[in-house]
Amino acid sequence: MPTIFEIGTTVRIRAPRSSGHTRLPAYLAHKHGTVITCEGPFAFPEDIADGIRPPRLEMLYTIRFNAHDLWSDTTGNDVYAALYESYLEGGTTNERNT
Amino acid sequence: MSGTHEHEDSAAISKRVNALIARLEQVGFLSQGEIDAALVAFFEKARPENGFKIVARAWVDDTFRKRLLENGNAALADIGIDTSRLHMQFRVVENTAEVHNLIVCTLCSCYPMTLLGASPGWYKSDAYRAKAVRDPRGVLEEFGVILPPETHISVWDSTADYRYMVLPRRPQNTENATEEALAAMVTRNGLIGTALL
Repeated sequence: MPTIFEIGTTVRIRAPRSSGHTRLPAYLAHKHGTVITCEGPFAFPEDIADGIRPPRLEMLYTIRFNAHDLWSDTTGNDVYAALYESYLEGGTTNERNT
Repeated sequence: MSGTHEHEDSAAISKRVNALIARLEQVGFLSQGEIDAALVAFFEKARPENGFKIVARAWVDDTFRKRLLENGNAALADIGIDTSRLHMQFRVVENTAEVHNLIVCTLCSCYPMTLLGASPGWYKSDAYRAKAVRDPRGVLEEFGVILPPETHISVWDSTADYRYMVLPRRPQNTENATEEALAAMVTRNGLIGTALL
C-alpha cells in the first residue's frame, strides 16, 4: 500500500460524511494541516461501523494543525489528529503517481 | 457522532445495552455477575499505576524513554504491559520546557484505559472536549495550571487508532529519588496534561 501523502505535505481535510459513524471531527472540515507521520494501514472505522467485511485498509496519517488556522481567535497552540487517507485531499507533492 | 448529539444518545445506548444484557441472561448465554467479574478483572490490570510506572522508568532510563517516545507499544511490552490484543497504538508525548501536551477526544471519550484506568467524568464532558482544542490555555487555568505565555501547547485529539499519554517533566530536586518514589509523584491528571508535577 503506497503512501500518497508525504511527510511535510500540506493537505486539505474533507468534510465528514453527513450520516453514519465517522472519525473525522467536524471542526477540521476544509482546514489545512501538515502531514507529520504516516502511521501505516489501519482498518477503516466507517467500514467497520457499516458492517463491511473485511473493512478496507487505509493509511492513517498524523496531521498537525496550527490552531490559529482553525479558529482565528486562538494562538499559541497546535492540534494534532490522526486522520485516514480518504479524509485528506490535495497535497503539494507526489499525487498518486508513485 | 459529534458534539451534543452523542451525549443525548447515551441514555438510549444504555437502554439498548441493558436490553441486550437482559436478553443474553434470559437465554442463559451469560449473567450480570459474569459481566461484573470481567469488568473487575479488566480494571484490576488497567490502572493508573501502569502509567505512573512507565513515567518513572522513562525518567531514570534514557534508553527506555527514547524507545517509549518512538514506539509506545514496544516499550510497554518491555516492562510487561501486553498491548498485542488491544488493536490499539499508544503514543507517548513528552512535555519539555518549550512544549506542554494535552490529551482530548473531541469525537467521544477515547482514553488510554490500559495505562490510566477509567477516565474521569470531566474528560467525557462536552465542555472539556470542546474547549481543550480551542482554548487549551483556558482549560489549563481552570485546572490551576498557569503556563508561561511562551510555552507552546500541543493538543492531541484521539480521533483514530492512537491513544495518547503525556510524559510529564520530572519534578525538580528528585535526582536521588528511587524509581518507586518517582512513580508515587506522578498523577493521573499529569498524564492527561491537566496537571504539572
